[in-house]
Order: sequence, then C-alpha cells, then structure tokens
Amino acid sequence: MSTELTAKDFTTTQEVRWCPGCGDYAILKSVTRALADAGASPESTAFISGIGCAARFPYYVESYGFHTIHGRAPAIATGLKLANPELDVWVVSGDGDALSIGGNHLMHALRRNVGLKILLFNNEIYGLTKGQYSPTSRVGTVSPSSPAGSVDMPVSPGQFALGSGARFFARAVDADKEGLSEVLQGAHAFAGASLTEIFQNCIVYNKDVFASFTDRKDASKMQLRLKHGEPMLFGDNAKKGIRFNKDTFALEVIEVKSSPEDVLVHDETNEVVARLLIDLQEPVALGILFRKPAQSFECAFYGLHPSEMKRSRSVAEFLRGASSWTVSPENS
Amino acid sequence: MDSIAVRIAGDSGDGIQLMGTRFAVSTALTGADFATFPDYPAEIRAPAGSLFGVSAYQINLGSGTITTAGDSPDVLVAFNPAALKVSLPLLERGALIIINNDSFTARNLARAGYKQDPREDGTLEDFQCVTADISRLNLESIKVFGLSKSDGDRCKNFWALGVLLWMFERDLASVEDWIRRRLDNQTKIRNANIAALHAGHAYGENTELSASVPRYDIRKSEMPPGEYRSVTGAEALALGIAAAGELADRPVMFCSYPITPSSPLLHRLALLGETGVGTFQAEDEIAAVCAAIGASYGGMIGVTSSSGPGIALKAEAIGLAVSAELPLVIVNWQRGGPSTGLPTKTEQSDLFQAVYGRNGDTPLPVLAAASSEDCFNIAVESVRIALRHMTPVILLVDGYLSNASEPWKIPDISALEPIEHHPAPAPCKDQDAQRQAFRRDENSFGRPWIVPGMEGLMHRIGGLEKDIETGHISYDPANHQQMTDLRQAKVDCVANYIPAQSLECGADHGDLVVVGWGSTYGPIYQATIETGVSFVHLRNINPLPVNLGELLGRFDTVLVPEMNNGQLAALLREKLCLQTVSFPKVSGQPFRISELVDRIESLKKEGK
Repeated sequence: MSTELTAKDFTTTQEVRWCPGCGDYAILKSVTRALADAGASPESTAFISGIGCAARFPYYVESYGFHTIHGRAPAIATGLKLANPELDVWVVSGDGDALSIGGNHLMHALRRNVGLKILLFNNEIYGLTKGQYSPTSRVGTVSPSSPAGSVDMPVSPGQFALGSGARFFARAVDADKEGLSEVLQGAHAFAGASLTEIFQNCIVYNKDVFASFTDRKDASKMQLRLKHGEPMLFGDNAKKGIRFNKDTFALEVIEVKSSPEDVLVHDETNEVVARLLIDLQEPVALGILFRKPAQSFECAFYGLHPSEMKRSRSVAEFLRGASSWTVSPENS
Repeated sequence: MDSIAVRIAGDSGDGIQLMGTRFAVSTALTGADFATFPDYPAEIRAPAGSLFGVSAYQINLGSGTITTAGDSPDVLVAFNPAALKVSLPLLERGALIIINNDSFTARNLARAGYKQDPREDGTLEDFQCVTADISRLNLESIKVFGLSKSDGDRCKNFWALGVLLWMFERDLASVEDWIRRRLDNQTKIRNANIAALHAGHAYGENTELSASVPRYDIRKSEMPPGEYRSVTGAEALALGIAAAGELADRPVMFCSYPITPSSPLLHRLALLGETGVGTFQAEDEIAAVCAAIGASYGGMIGVTSSSGPGIALKAEAIGLAVSAELPLVIVNWQRGGPSTGLPTKTEQSDLFQAVYGRNGDTPLPVLAAASSEDCFNIAVESVRIALRHMTPVILLVDGYLSNASEPWKIPDISALEPIEHHPAPAPCKDQDAQRQAFRRDENSFGRPWIVPGMEGLMHRIGGLEKDIETGHISYDPANHQQMTDLRQAKVDCVANYIPAQSLECGADHGDLVVVGWGSTYGPIYQATIETGVSFVHLRNINPLPVNLGELLGRFDTVLVPEMNNGQLAALLREKLCLQTVSFPKVSGQPFRISELVDRIESLKKEGK
C-alpha cells in the first residue's frame, strides 16, 4: 500500500441499520479507526459474526465478512484461521450469541488459543428478538420473557474466559474512544485468542444499564483504568487505590495517602489478581485485565502438519496400504 | 469349493474384530475374492458372556465373484455360549462349529440363557462340532512369557486364528509380520501372540483336529489383472478425499467429532497429513461442520463426517453453506435410528434426512456409496460436484461399510480427471467485488471461489437472503423467489454432469426390475443373477439420473429393497410419478440373498 489507510477506507457503502443512538455505532467507529491505526490491510482482514444486533457488524466493514448462524462464529472462524493463519480474523458477538447459544464454541476457541480477536458486545439483553433477558442480565431483570424479574444468575464473561483458559481478557465502554481504542490495539496485536468485553448501551431495551460506572460525572471514581506496570489508582486526583487484603483474600479500596506502599501495581500476567479484578464492582476494572501469551492453536496445528498443508507426498504412495498382491493377465 | 462363509463370534473383549480383520487380510493375499460384515455391540466391554455383548465378524471368501458376507456361515468359531446362541439361527445344517470348551461354564451357560449344555443336549446334533479347550491351550502355549492371566488370555484370538489359518492352508508369515509391526515395543506381548498363533496352527496340524475338520482350499478369484489390496470403506473414503484434494490441487480440511461408526474415517485421514489433509477434532458436531465451512470459505476443501444424530445437529450449518454457496462435503455413516438407535448396526434410514432434512427450501446433491471400494470413487465425485457447483454435498454410506473390507484394485489417480472450480476473477476497480463474487457460471450455477486474502475482491456473505446479483442483503419478494429457483436449478443441473443410469444386470425391459442403493448392491446383485430379473443400482440419489424414469418405466413392477421403512421407494414415487413395491428391512442387519430371492420369486408368481 502506497498510502496509509484511514478509518474511512474500512467503511462500506452499506447503510448502517442499528437503532439511532445505539452503542454499536461508536464501536464500529473505534474498530475501523483501530484497523487503520494498526496498519491492517482490508484483504487480509475477515470479520465473522453469528446472529444478533452485533452480528450485522461485518456488513459495515470494508474487508472480508461472513455473517453466519447463531452462536457458531468462533467455530467458523477457527476453520478460516486454520485455512489461512496469515489472516486477521475478528469475531463479533453479543452476550446471547457468545455466552448462551454459542457458549460451547467460545469456551473451546479460548482454551485452544485460536488466533481470533473476539469482541463481545455485552448489553445484558436480547435486542434483535425484542428485549428478553440474556445470560448476562442481572437477577430481577424485568423483560417480556421474565415479567416478574429474571431468577437465573448471570454469567461473568471474564470469569468464563479465564476459566476456559483464555490468555487475553480486556474490557472497555462503547463510547469511550480512548479506552476502547487501547484494548482493540492490544487485541489486534495478540497472537492467540483474545476476548474483549465491550459494555454496550442498548438504548431501546436496556438503556443505561451500565450508567453507574459509564456516566461521565462518576466515571473517574467508578472506573479503574488498568495499565500494566502502573499502580491501581482511581478517583478524583487519583486519591484512591486498590489493595490486596491478606485476611479476606479480596481486593479493597484504600485512601492512597494513608498507605501508598499498599497499592497494587497492575501485572497483566497475574491470573489470580485478574480474577479478583473481574469481580470488582466499585470501581469497575477496565483495560487489559489479563494478557499472558502462549503458543497459538494454529502454530501448534501446523507444527503437527509440517508440510503446512502443502502436499509433500502423493496420495498414490498411500494407496497400497500394508500389503498388496498382483493379479497377472495369465492367471486371471 | 467356490465359496465359504466363516463367522467368528465371542465377547466384545475377545478381540474378535481384530481376528476377523487379520483373517480377511490373509484371505486377500491369496487372491480370493471376499466380503466382510463386522457386527459388534455398542458397548466397548459388555458384561462377559452376555447375549447383547456378542461381537461377531463374518467373512465370505471364494473363487467366484463375492458380493456379500454370506447368508449362512459354513464355519462358526464360538468363543462362548452366548456367541453360539446368537449365531446358531444363522447356520444351515451341516455347518462346522468350533467351540471353546473352557468358556462353557455353568455361569456362562446361564448368562446365555441355556438351561442345559448345548454340547450335550442334542442342540448341535445337526452340525459338525469340534470342541477344544482354547483358553487352556492358549495359556499353556505362552506360559514361558510369564504374562498375567488376563494378558495371557488376550492372546487366545491369535491361537484360534492359527487354527483357522491351518484349516484354510494359509501361510502364517503375513499375520506374524503384522503382529511384529503392531506390537513393536511390547516384546513380551508380541512374542506371546506370535507363539499363540503358531500353537493354534500346530494344534490343527498335530492333533485329532486333522481327522475331524475339513481343510479348505479356496482358489484365486478371476479378477481383472492389476494390483490389489484389501480395503475398508473408511480407508477407501479417506484415500478418496485425499485424492480429491490432489486432483483439485487444494488442501483438504477434515473437521469431525467422534461418533460411531464415523470415527474410523477421522483416524484414517489423520494419517494422511503429508498428502495435504488437515484433521481437526472439533468440540461438537456443529463446530465440526462450521469449521469445515470456515475452511472452505478460506479456500480449502472443507469436509465433515458423522452419522445420523450428528448430521441432525449439523443441519442448520449445512443450510448456511447452501445459502452462502460454499463447497462442503458431509459424509453420513448411516446407523440404526431413531435417536441414538443402534449405534453399531447398519441402516439406510437417513435418506429423507439427506434429501429433505433442513429448514427452508434447501436442496443439495446426495450421493450413496455402493460398497467399501466404491467409497474411493464416490468421495472424488462428491468433491467434484461440491467445487463445480459451489454447494454442500451429502455422501451417504451404510454404517457397516466403515469396517467391512473387500479386495480393491488399486486405482491410477493420474488417470482421473482433474477437479475444477470457478477461479476468482482479476480484481477490477470499476467492478463491484460484491457482484463479482456472485457472478455464477451459466451452466453449473457455481460462483467464483473468492477467498479472504485476495486483494481487491473484498465482499460480504451470509445466511440472510441476498440479492441475486449483488449479494447484498435483500428482503425483496421477487428476489427471494428467484434465489429459491436458482438454488433448485443448481441442484437439478447436477444431473447434466452425471452418467446416465445403466443396468447392473438383466434385460432393459420386462416384468420386474429391482432398484437398490448403498450397500444392498451385493445381495441384490446375487439375487437378481439367481432369478434372472433386472437390476438398477443408484449412486446418485439427488438429483436422480435424467433417464431413470424412462428406464424404470419399461418394467411392469419396480421392487425397491432397502434397509429402512421405504424411503427410496417413496422418493421414486414422488420424483418419477412411478408405482413402486417397497421391500423394507429395518433389523440393523444387511439383506440376505435368500430373502431377496424369495421376494422376487413371489412377485414373479403374483405377476403371472
């Protein structure tokens, strides 16, 4: 490419059909910008999606795209990645698609560490089917399918990911350009499976469900923005910090000036702390919570297929099996 | 003697399938023709001595043309009372029965439901019976190796194989070679098995057995000249898939989830990596078909395999491949249904599932393998259709063919036509890549195989209905009708590329024609030769060959025997507006020649 691409080069001519004000617009913008910033090439990029509002995403990105069936995007993306490990393969999914009908495939893509950049648009509701509660909905969510409030416990995407053996888990808020951009860059550069949970505001069916920590006025005291190697500080003028309480085996909020030496420094390779950060409610941990690279599935796979799927022997060499015999013309 | 059928039966832990397979390979090396029928239980190690745990392997060998494993075994090797009880109804009077005395204990007799010992109460009066203390003699022959009793007892299948090989005047060398290779790093067990094999052979030669047991000398069959090997359906299908990759000059990605009786194909393909075949064991049936679709989308030949229950799970994704116009081959090793059904027993009851079993109007080509060796050719044909028409193809194989072996004339792959697809066009700034991706060939309706990574051809596909020209999402009513017609026309036009239907035997018109498909080829062929009626065998189920209606119309009666409740008979009625006489058999067992002959004869009488 002679000229550098911009976000516009990753935008298709298709009319975007999400509801006005939907958080997906902001995510789309951040993703196309992240692709341009990362120097991605459109022909080497593929977006694979399942079903749901988020799943329309591939139609709006100028790259290869495949809008597949409900929940199965990670499985189709795994096949694509095996067919061509050089591709940047993104999976776009929602909380129902990834964690309900497709939970099994998400688990296996993560534990295999397939080089997929999985984006989970979590809005804690089923949008496309008109507002039923989802597997991430909080207990008591009132919806058309749960008029008296939902009774099932929600799944935690982060705990699910780490429990499945994921090597990368990050979080961002849809409208937060800076924070989202940072985790998308991290996901793009990561060689194995990455799961990025994006808190997405469904303005029609679950408006402001994340407002407690996404509202600008409370953001600084409700968000813990993690950076590898830096202390876990938040709040006005970074007056608060996170400490590990050795008695309760839990994280707790402290005033920094009382004991600055107690404030934890974020080590993104520490899985134990990552699990505690995932469950932190006030503040909510954002950024790259866990990143610990390991060999990707496709690398291991092609290690076992040293011919890289190129034919090194002809099938004719295998036709004889263990033993064969000849019928000659005279004895037939 | 022209042909002889041997049945080996015992507990599922007795190594019956192994013993049968080695006997089949040894038969192959003598140049005799043969067919086998592995008949084993769903349980890996069923309770010892139980009736439902009986594992059997039947082989029919001869100097003539052999197309079935034989209606009625001439020789039965029964390792225990349950094996005897289950197999006895299959035998004709005068058959030879070899019995392992040591297993005829009071407990085993009771488990088999024998109130009295069948060796003593006259049950076996009409048969020629040889009893030997197989367990004891085996253990004595390998005593020097100091194996535990249970390890030692496991050698008894080779001891019995030694006796069989003596009866058939066979050389032990090929079996011994195989044991050496197979147990290369387990010296003690290897040597014990070889010793047991020799001891069994010597027992036949040296003891009173020589006086009481006939020895069989089956001569070579008159097969066309060439190089042959013994092949199972799974082996032939694996080689066919690999050969198709070579003929198409594309890598193959085989994605599968373990299920009986499909798994042997996965095992076989896993050994063919060097030929450009990748194997991926997915987390479930749906992921398997989806990964194969993803691989096809990425430019490889995506193939998946399962049996009925797994194919049911794959149905939605197969519809996606139809909608997205991507190549894919789905192999269905048909087992007994419904639900989990009879996992290890054979059936042909997934024909409707293959032809009709998806949501929406979602047609696709369906083929069916006629025999183990046919699995090679039909795999190549399936891939050829998938790539030419850019469509998923379902390949039906009767379950037992997976492990059933027969002689196979080793094919010359270089003599086969290369497999073509519609290549990606050159990128063009003035052209909308979206349109280029859906510019279909006017004869085959296949679209160009444009894959991610190709410069300047980025486009989007999916399972939503798309505009017939641009491929963009379209809810336009007229367009949906056009797309529905296009999908049907694409499958219909496959008929223009397949051979016209011919007769296997008999006159090209007359009173009666028998129509078969799948593994019933063998018994129907023999039965029609015997009765002098005509035989048409279908390898293309959907679409049917263009001349089939005209051909069958020349007969007064169309008899359709099949191992289901009349599915092909119904399909022929629907597609050809033809009256058919259905002859269903749903017992998990293949047709016997005799029952087909009886049915044909009675129809002939009715016709008169």
